Amino acid sequence: MKASLAGLCISATLVAWSALARQDGATSRKAAKPSVYGEIEKAPEKARAKRNPFEQDADAVPAGKNLFEQHCAECHGVAALGGKKGPSLWVAEIQSASPGAIFWILTNGVVRRGMPVWSKLPEPQRWQLVTYIKSLGVVPSETADYTPKKP
Amino acid sequence: MPIGPSPFLRGLALSLFALFVPMSARSQENPYFVTYDHYLEEPGNLEIEYFSTFGTQHGGNDFHSFWTEFEYGATAWWTTEFSLDGQTTFNDSTLFTGFRWENRFRPLKHEHFINPVLYVEYAKLNGADRVMKEIEGHDVAFDNGEPNSLLRQETKHELEFKLILSSTYKGWNFAENTIAAKNLSNAPWEFGYALGANRPLSLKASPKRCSLCPQNFVAGVEMYGGLGDRHSFGLKDTSHYLAPVAAWNLPSGWTLRVSPGFGLNDNSHGFLLRWGLSYEISGFGEMVGHLFGRGR
Repeated sequence: MKASLAGLCISATLVAWSALARQDGATSRKAAKPSVYGEIEKAPEKARAKRNPFEQDADAVPAGKNLFEQHCAECHGVAALGGKKGPSLWVAEIQSASPGAIFWILTNGVVRRGMPVWSKLPEPQRWQLVTYIKSLGVVPSETADYTPKKP
Repeated sequence: MPIGPSPFLRGLALSLFALFVPMSARSQENPYFVTYDHYLEEPGNLEIEYFSTFGTQHGGNDFHSFWTEFEYGATAWWTTEFSLDGQTTFNDSTLFTGFRWENRFRPLKHEHFINPVLYVEYAKLNGADRVMKEIEGHDVAFDNGEPNSLLRQETKHELEFKLILSSTYKGWNFAENTIAAKNLSNAPWEFGYALGANRPLSLKASPKRCSLCPQNFVAGVEMYGGLGDRHSFGLKDTSHYLAPVAAWNLPSGWTLRVSPGFGLNDNSHGFLLRWGLSYEISGFGEMVGHLFGRGR
């Protein structure tokens, strides 16, 4: 009986915590509305300076595209134009960022905003993804006011 | 007043939808059965997993234990998981042995050389449970030698905590789990450990979509065992296992895992053969939200 009560208390605490965490997230999103791309500016100088070893590799774009479709399209959309959870990658903020900064975002995620860390993909695969993302170019963004939805 | 489908019908519709609509996410799953690394489920995704263990038993009947897990990414820093356990003892019986509810939390925002994850689990299991998702305290193979009719009479409510430390270096993942468990009846704290290392067969992705490409295969090894309890801490009088592990991540969203395990001392089961199959459904949280009217 005692054990069941303890179990119930823990469940209730976790559910309440989850609700609070989601509310906090929503509040901080409102407060930090300016740009969902702001995180990329937080990449440290050392990370930005990293060179993409796959820059000249002809296979890196198709390989990166496959990886994108497998791991990223779910949030960013199949064409990377933005989805319900992730922003468009066809924007100047991404395309003018250094490959190292994009690699840093992939490695670290934006955990508090819902983007998971992708360091589970080996380093060469993350660079192949960067090569693909940088190959997209810029289109006039309709997703500039994009606000991520809760998962 | 509008009349909508009942929650039961909605739940049924959702289950059928989840089963037959191929909305898979093809994430890179690790090959471990016991060890946890620091990677959580992607937010909004549901992974359905079935695992099975065949084990030999000294002085008793061999067994086949199995469990089904439902793992959901609540946020990018919190994964919650519910699992149901059962077992068949040959020449004895088949029975449901209990359930577990576990939660993993990632406290740090960024990746570091060592990444901690906190794990909390509540489990209600009977004494016949043999899934061996972890070894704690003085768990020994002899404990499982009794008939199921006797073992099932013992029920335990257990809280379990793990400190998961995990690093990724040059394609290798190294993970270390320290386990502390407390049976909520009057029993001492028990401890255990799990260590693991794994690496994909290729670090570079192929430009072609393929099922048999080396980057889809991950291989490694894990070692796990007990560390005694609060009164007698240590590696003695408990069991330890060493198990090569392998996983095949199919582009369709399925992951197949296999692991032959070997007992390292006389207190351990001589041989454990584990295998598992899992499937990840992307956007599950959103589907549930739509079915229950959120976002309309």
